[in-house]
Amino acid sequence: MISGAEIMVKCLEAEGVKVVFGYPGATICPFYDKIYESSIKHILVRQEQNAAHAASGYSRCSGLPGVCVATSGPGATNLITGIATAYADSVPMIAITGQVKTDLLGRDVFQEADITGACEPFVKHSYLVTKTEDLPRIFKEAFHIASTGRKGPVLIDIPMDIQTNKIEDFHYPETVNIIGYKPNTRGHAVQVRRAVEAIKKSRRPLIVSGGGVLSSGVKLKFQAFADKTKIPVISTMMGIGVMPSDSDMYLGMLGTHGKPVANRALHDADLVIVCGARLGDRAVASPDQMSENTTVIHIDIDPAEIGKNVKTEIPIVGDMKNVLNMLNEEIGDYVVPNQWQETVKNWRKSFYRIPPKFDGFVEPRALVAQLSSMLRSKAILVADVGQNQIWCANNFMIREGRFLTTGGMGTMGYSIPAAVGVKFARPSRDVVVVCGDGSFQMSMNELATIAGNNLAIKIIIMRNHRLGMVRELQDMNYGSRHSATILEGDPDFQKIAEAYGIDHAEANSNEEAEEIIKEMVKSDKPFILVCNVYPDTPSI
Amino acid sequence: MQYTLSVLVENHAGVLSKISGLFSRRGFNIDSLAVGVTSNPDVSRITIVANGDEYVVEQLEKQLNKVIPVIKVKCLTGGEFISRELILIKVHCAAAKRVEIIKTAEIMQAKIVDVAPGCVTVEYCECTNRINTLIDLLRPYGIREIVRTGTIAIDRGNTALSV
Ligand SMILES: Cc1ncc(C[n+]2csc(CCOP(=O)(O)OP(=O)(O)O)c2C)c(N)n1
Ligand SMILES: [Mg+2]
Repeated sequence: MISGAEIMVKCLEAEGVKVVFGYPGATICPFYDKIYESSIKHILVRQEQNAAHAASGYSRCSGLPGVCVATSGPGATNLITGIATAYADSVPMIAITGQVKTDLLGRDVFQEADITGACEPFVKHSYLVTKTEDLPRIFKEAFHIASTGRKGPVLIDIPMDIQTNKIEDFHYPETVNIIGYKPNTRGHAVQVRRAVEAIKKSRRPLIVSGGGVLSSGVKLKFQAFADKTKIPVISTMMGIGVMPSDSDMYLGMLGTHGKPVANRALHDADLVIVCGARLGDRAVASPDQMSENTTVIHIDIDPAEIGKNVKTEIPIVGDMKNVLNMLNEEIGDYVVPNQWQETVKNWRKSFYRIPPKFDGFVEPRALVAQLSSMLRSKAILVADVGQNQIWCANNFMIREGRFLTTGGMGTMGYSIPAAVGVKFARPSRDVVVVCGDGSFQMSMNELATIAGNNLAIKIIIMRNHRLGMVRELQDMNYGSRHSATILEGDPDFQKIAEAYGIDHAEANSNEEAEEIIKEMVKSDKPFILVCNVYPDTPSI
Repeated sequence: MQYTLSVLVENHAGVLSKISGLFSRRGFNIDSLAVGVTSNPDVSRITIVANGDEYVVEQLEKQLNKVIPVIKVKCLTGGEFISRELILIKVHCAAAKRVEIIKTAEIMQAKIVDVAPGCVTVEYCECTNRINTLIDLLRPYGIREIVRTGTIAIDRGNTALSV
């Protein structure tokens, strides 16, 4: 005989799960009792939302769905923001929650929350398990759904008696058969041919790369395609890192907070190939950012994204990997017209501007640019949300590494817990967090997780004593009335670091910061660097 | 414009709430929704009548397709199809008017299913337009109560929607 809780652990093992992030409570205790004796590492976070963010960071850097676990009621509801963030960012994730016993369901008993109901809009799929026998099938389906098609979080809510009940035998299914779920990954040959014809006819083609290129794992082939065809590339925030920042073909991030040249390219292009991007309102805020008669080719694994935000002439539904292969073959040795190449080359010259510095402060944009070359080439930078995020998005020079942030949901507090997950997925890489003083305080409780596991995560706090991005919005649109954007009563972050036993330093100039970073990257321990930033520094 | 969609779904608890939630969340307007099991007991068929422009209906179909337990979505509008609603109308009926009301029902091929002092109840199974006509005809007598199902619909001809 085998209990539901043992089955849960065996299912995770069968899926190759090495680490889960979670926080226990009564209704998930049977599972915790079994994971205790298993080979799977459990990382105790300090708040459930951060378990989900850690799972997201893990997932984005390992290519495997991250797993987070919480108890019923408040544990489960604390997960919601993290699940919603993963959903908006299309990150594969399995969220496991304990639930009250099946015979108590619906009676509003202690720590009962309808979590499958509450998460309905934020999950790719969810299960409320009602029979222990169903567990293997449900886990198999959940991992399959989370990690195929357009990736996303799947929630499995498991009542306590389902975990304690015993059944005869454990057998993990080898295949899934979900009749209503057959994502189309192949890409339509006729559409690809039409796309290539249109590209060859165009004079100023442009690629917009999104997060879909990264989640399809086709980054290098994508780079080769751009290099071969010389089609310039701009990216959405989630697509940053698809191209190395110093590529001649790359013109930066588009959108409200993007590079002027990227927006200029989008405006001037006569054909745009959108690759795995939904083009939300932060990317293309108004239709006049694109010219009336621009031809749009949209490649996406999710048919519902095509034509949703921008009018599309040539839709191609499929996995980037397959579609790119087809495009590559069909396009042969095509190269974009010379004139367009020249234009792009000239634009590249104005790519990086040196921003003015203020005495007694760190210039964050210059520092981020400098940071890039001080890290190893495969470094992973995790940016939080706010001005700090935009400074990183536009100035971090990616080589072979990654840039992670929540471009879809923009959840403050994402960076530190996400970096925890990243470090478990890629222990040998440089993992650096850049966050604001506001966002740091949204998840500084995770310093305990970092210290407790001695994770060599380097945290750079851009301290402007402001909720800077909102402050900037107020300066522009609300007559500089700084309603609730001045951070008063903030603690001394160095003392916070001290309390957790984490090495720390503070910088008031870029030279000082660079000296500290040089030392910081050498150590195999966590580090917190507080950078004092001039409060009125703009985002771009 | 009004659209009629047929949706085949896995016959599980919670599927209906996933679908109705999707409508309200994305701001789609539904005129009616009817659910029933199909010849395959594991599969239910939902008929949705919704209002919107082409963009809305395209989005609607795509979003429905993303719901995992949704097996198939077909927009019937555009082809030829038969649609039916069932309605029960309780009409105020003085003795002197009874014959007149029964005559009206007969002309429309509706059925009288209950008679009581002062009222009759009419049953009618028809397409939305004809149902509305009957209601208009009966309104002058005084309608006491109306119960109406959602529309169900099926393609004409030799095609069949199945999994
Ligand atoms: C959870 C959450 N709450 C509120 C916001 C709105 N918001 C976006 S940026 C920002 C300010 C962030 O301040 P800070 O972390 O100090 O970064 P800065 O902009 O100063 O670099 C706020 C409040 C958000 N994105 N997420
Ligand atoms: Mg700040």
